[in-house]
Amino acid sequence: MQMIRDNNWVLSAGTFLPVLGVLILLATPKANEAAVKMVALLTSIATVVVGAFTLYGFDFDKAGSMQFVAETSWIPVIKSTYFIGVDGISLPLYLLSMVVTLLVVIYSLDHIPSPGNPKAFFVLMLILQTGMAGTFIAQDLILFFVFFELVLLPMYFMIGVWGGEQRQYASLKFFLYTMFGSALMLVAFLAMFFKTGAESFAIPYLVENGAGIAKNVQVWIFAGMFVGFAVKVPMFPFHTWLPDAHTQAPTQGSVILAAILLKLGTYGFVRIAIPMLPDAAMEWAPWIGGLAVVGIIYGALGCLAQTDMKRLIAFSSVAHMGFVMLGISTLTSFGVNAAVFGMVAHGLITGMLFFVAGSVKERYHTLEINKLGGMLTQMPRLGWILGLCSMASLGLPGLAGFWGEFPAILSAYNPADGLNVTVYRTYMVIAALGTVLAAAYLLWLYQRTAFGTPKGHDHHDLHDVNTYEWVAWLPLLVAIVVFGIAPNLLFSVIDPAVQGALRAFGG
Amino acid sequence: MSAVSETLSPLSGGWFLDNAWLAPVIPTVGFFLIIMFGKKLPKKGSEIGVISLVGSLVLASGASWQWIHRVNSASEEQFVTPVVRTWTWWQAGGAEFTIGQHIDGLTVVVLFVVAFISTLVQIYSLEYLRGDRRYTHFFAALTLFSAGMLAMVVAEDMILFLLGWEIMGLCSFMLIGHWWEDGANSRAALKAFFTVRTGDVGLLVGIAILFFAANEWTTTNLGLSGFSIRGVSAWALSGNPNSTVILFAAVALFVACIGKSGQFPLHTWLPDAMAGPTPVSSLLHSSTMVVAGVFLVARLYPVFFTGLDILGPSSNVIMVIAAITIVIAAALAFVQTDIKRVLAYSTVSQLGYMMLGLGSGAWLPAVFHIFTHAFFKACLFLCAGSISHSASHHSFDMKKDMGGLRKHMPVTFASWIVSTLALCGVFPFSGFFSKDEIIDNVGGNGYAFFMIVGLFGAFLTAAYMTRATYLTFFGSPRGAAAGEHDEHDAHGTHDAHGTHDAHGTHDKNDVHPHEDHAHAGPHESGLLITVPIAILAVLAIGSGLFNATPFGESWEYLKKWAEPRAAVVGEDHAGGPGESLIFAMPSEEEGHSTSPCGTETPETGVCYAPALNHAEFKWSKALLSLAIVFAGIAMSWLLSAALYGKRDPRLVGLTQRNRFARAGYRLLANKYYLDDLYEQGVVSNVAGPISRAAYWFNQNVLDGILHGVVSAARWIAFVVYRDIDQRIVDGTVNASADITKSAGATVQPIQSGRVGLYGALFFATAAVAALVFVILNT
Amino acid sequence: MLTSQFLLLGAILFCIGVYGVVARKNAVLVLMSIELILNSVNINLLTFALRNGSPDGHTFALYIIAVAAAEVGVGLAMVLLIYRNRRSIGLDELSEMRG
Repeated sequence: MQMIRDNNWVLSAGTFLPVLGVLILLATPKANEAAVKMVALLTSIATVVVGAFTLYGFDFDKAGSMQFVAETSWIPVIKSTYFIGVDGISLPLYLLSMVVTLLVVIYSLDHIPSPGNPKAFFVLMLILQTGMAGTFIAQDLILFFVFFELVLLPMYFMIGVWGGEQRQYASLKFFLYTMFGSALMLVAFLAMFFKTGAESFAIPYLVENGAGIAKNVQVWIFAGMFVGFAVKVPMFPFHTWLPDAHTQAPTQGSVILAAILLKLGTYGFVRIAIPMLPDAAMEWAPWIGGLAVVGIIYGALGCLAQTDMKRLIAFSSVAHMGFVMLGISTLTSFGVNAAVFGMVAHGLITGMLFFVAGSVKERYHTLEINKLGGMLTQMPRLGWILGLCSMASLGLPGLAGFWGEFPAILSAYNPADGLNVTVYRTYMVIAALGTVLAAAYLLWLYQRTAFGTPKGHDHHDLHDVNTYEWVAWLPLLVAIVVFGIAPNLLFSVIDPAVQGALRAFGG
Repeated sequence: MSAVSETLSPLSGGWFLDNAWLAPVIPTVGFFLIIMFGKKLPKKGSEIGVISLVGSLVLASGASWQWIHRVNSASEEQFVTPVVRTWTWWQAGGAEFTIGQHIDGLTVVVLFVVAFISTLVQIYSLEYLRGDRRYTHFFAALTLFSAGMLAMVVAEDMILFLLGWEIMGLCSFMLIGHWWEDGANSRAALKAFFTVRTGDVGLLVGIAILFFAANEWTTTNLGLSGFSIRGVSAWALSGNPNSTVILFAAVALFVACIGKSGQFPLHTWLPDAMAGPTPVSSLLHSSTMVVAGVFLVARLYPVFFTGLDILGPSSNVIMVIAAITIVIAAALAFVQTDIKRVLAYSTVSQLGYMMLGLGSGAWLPAVFHIFTHAFFKACLFLCAGSISHSASHHSFDMKKDMGGLRKHMPVTFASWIVSTLALCGVFPFSGFFSKDEIIDNVGGNGYAFFMIVGLFGAFLTAAYMTRATYLTFFGSPRGAAAGEHDEHDAHGTHDAHGTHDAHGTHDKNDVHPHEDHAHAGPHESGLLITVPIAILAVLAIGSGLFNATPFGESWEYLKKWAEPRAAVVGEDHAGGPGESLIFAMPSEEEGHSTSPCGTETPETGVCYAPALNHAEFKWSKALLSLAIVFAGIAMSWLLSAALYGKRDPRLVGLTQRNRFARAGYRLLANKYYLDDLYEQGVVSNVAGPISRAAYWFNQNVLDGILHGVVSAARWIAFVVYRDIDQRIVDGTVNASADITKSAGATVQPIQSGRVGLYGALFFATAAVAALVFVILNT
Repeated sequence: MLTSQFLLLGAILFCIGVYGVVARKNAVLVLMSIELILNSVNINLLTFALRNGSPDGHTFALYIIAVAAAEVGVGLAMVLLIYRNRRSIGLDELSEMRG
């Protein structure tokens, strides 16, 4: 694979700028909240500026090759190097993590969840940002693992300290579940290292040499990675941490969790598991596809049983990530393209839905669907935004969600050579039925919360979307519409990289 | 150079044809402008809506005009190439998604109808919704709705088609639920969207099947993707497709049409959709939304033709469904008291005719019926709106609040009568030409049973429309039409919003400037309402002349302009892009396979449309059908007059209807036996039980199944969530945590904090280890 | 050479040390017992060094003496601090860190 090494400081700068911000924050007195917020804001703006420079410097004609590559020795004893770079798959997710962090910071300027302490809150958020961005650019398994794990801790504290009533339970569940997955994943990484001759942890090297491993060994290594990534995605039946974590997390935590963290798992499949172990991927793909469609239907049924708005949105993530995994499981570049698009779209849409849920909670002090109603009369703008996001989430053409969902369904008609066509066509029909259920639960939610007359409360203090919210939300809303109308903006970047990642499957 | 191409003459084009894709773009832009700036404008954004649709109408008219020129410039048997322009939308994983326009006869017909009726409906809404609290949003949604339909009509490929299709679904949700403060309305909106969406599964699956089945063939032979409508059409007629695959594709697509076009058994959303404002009903039921399903069949006709073996010896699924729909919906119309619901069931029934035509190979008559039906049905709905607006105090209940309105509303009355006659199929109104052509051709293609169903449907249509007409315009005024106003009386119809609560958000709400007029009794509506109605009424008379088969072949304009010719297109086709390939058509025997394009097909070339028969017009057949229609009208008129006009008091309490009897009817006691005959002999036995059974089936069985499925799904969801998710899956996780915890608790006492104990344990362990070591080394 | 006697001496010292560590409650006495254990080890090391004629044992012994000195220094400092804070150096009272 061709490596482009121009401007190789850019990625490191973008990834570690938040750490610099953390250092400055630590030196800022806790009492001076304005200064704390300013530092956090400026840091995330600076990060996005570096991100914009990355976008500007990215050679879109060579989206399939690694760019901004930097490589220096790191832990020579175990032959791990500091090796980073982005290609067309990483770039959208890398930038998404930066932008979402900035928006969350902007939102937090006005919405520090109880029990306060913005300094600690922003410190955690910036560390989180480093972890997320680092995961998407790491080209070395150990480096990937470090970043992957770095994400856990701030999120654990974010849920555990600023969360809802059952925050302790939820945060612990989240932490243990993911740690369990990571442990198996690490074992798989080590096995990968030793089975390829203990030469290097570099991902490109392992992709080239992984195919040489005996098939039965590959299957076991893949199993380890599968558990690690599937917990993060989360796939049925490893998903039960998600509704709890989402429900209990503060709004900001939910947004980041939905928008970025879930993508670490799917990204792992696309970047690591499938290219490195093609034979095992062929073995596993029907099972992954099966779990994916079970997740689609199951998540939707879960949504229908919910009485809590935030929990409903959380369950819908299970269903949507099912579509992403279905696309991946086809092992065709068409399906994986759809999956990567789906990741970005889901990040934008579900992140936005959680923002709305947070603002609803702040205003009504409840998320019980039965107690909500008539949002459109009281807060028309918030109501319309919820409507737009619901429509995007149920896959309405012309909005971003559609381009993740529809091609994923389409791709299941024709999986990669060697996979059982009948099985996948069955998956396709089931997934298509899932879109009906998606329409059902989202519209049902919308009908009961936004339509009708307001219920019983005395809400004189209700204010519609305020400035901070507008600033934080508009970019997401615009992106949902823009990517819906012009999906090629994203597909043209993703496609070459996906073709490269799937070379082992003959295109 | 094949022999075919020598006779070809160059086709004319034109700016409008090349830029017809702007037709959906203009209203889309209009939608965004209304959303962003609508509230600040003097007319609250409605002017943008009207202007953008006028723009589309101009484009559509120009395109129609130039298309006619294009057809005229072609030689007799030449395939008139559609005007196609494509742009790459996006590409990924080897599949290219294009976006573009495909303008041919069918497109032009529907494009014109949609733009025309949308414009009139918008003008009508200016007055009808004046003062509504969501006036701006209404126009935004209405504009986007038209844009969705226009996009679907001009679509070159299935992706854009799907886009338009779904946007319509969304807008129908917004428009039907326009007065969403009332739970019933938002439920109706939900029901409409959800039912249609259920059908959409078929569309998704159908598109997927077609794409992967056809893509290789189309790319190799035509350089088109498997999403392209042209490509798929040619593929379907090439003799290449596997018959099972294309059967599945056609059935899947037809499922989508069943949902969208309200065919049996998914028609239940349509009457509920009357919850929306009347202009919405009018647009939804005449030229957009419900026509989309019919349009899909007409557009991808080759796929259905091959897949379902249309013109084959046995009947196919389209015809069967259509026939059931025609009869069931017409029967339902008899028991309605809500005027809009009568029209809704009538629409369902008429859509059944279109489908019947398409299913039995009568493509052109079906498209012609789309064309004529759009005008008279839009007119009927707008008349109903006009009545409720100015005469019946916002009620749609024919029995409670109407009657005798012909004197007060001359324009509305005249238009209604004209459109009703058109709908019934009376010569020389437009419906006669289109409906008779369908029935003729169904018979002509050898489906005698379905022809009889069609004639029976015509009888029912005539009868229920006569009943509705009588109730509305004849007899004595009742309720609101008589000037009564009971502010607290719920009118009992679905969408009349009879309770005038403080929200002021219901149909033509309290802040309406015409409220005081309503108190002054029934009167004619204003010009903004009557002019669109009158225009449509004129077209309800005249539009039939576009393909007036009884007057001879020279009158068959639509056949010439709209019907794609089944000619073989070869190499170097003059005019039009994308037509320059030679390829061998797969043949069964040495270049003489019988193909849908004609009896014998040359070895090279492709055709885009199947060859269809046209039944010869005979006055004898037409007179038979006219006789049936007149019989329906006469019978219904007599019975209606007897039942509704001359009611006997002794029947009060015997039937549900007699509750509405008024004291004035007592004078008509001598007509008792006629009433008795009607009630006992005809209505009770035929219209009553049968249509009530159909309605019961509709409300209880079909809706019951829907509700049952939903409740079952919710029950399953609940059980799965509670027992499997929370107990088993989650329980496993919790159990592993508990095990770890209890293990910790067991070892906990050792951690006493006493250094001495630690030391003892340490040395004891060391001693044991030393012992083990010694043993192992000896 | 009196190898066995030296080893016996080392063992006895070790046992006394272990007894002191386990049984005494006074922190200073425990520290002294640890010194005894360390020195018993030294004796062992020197014995074997002399017997095998290798300098390794001597080196180790010296190393242990150095470490022991440091350990005593730190240990005493901690005991002093504990005494200052609690007015007692009874080890049984220092059980706050139990799990």
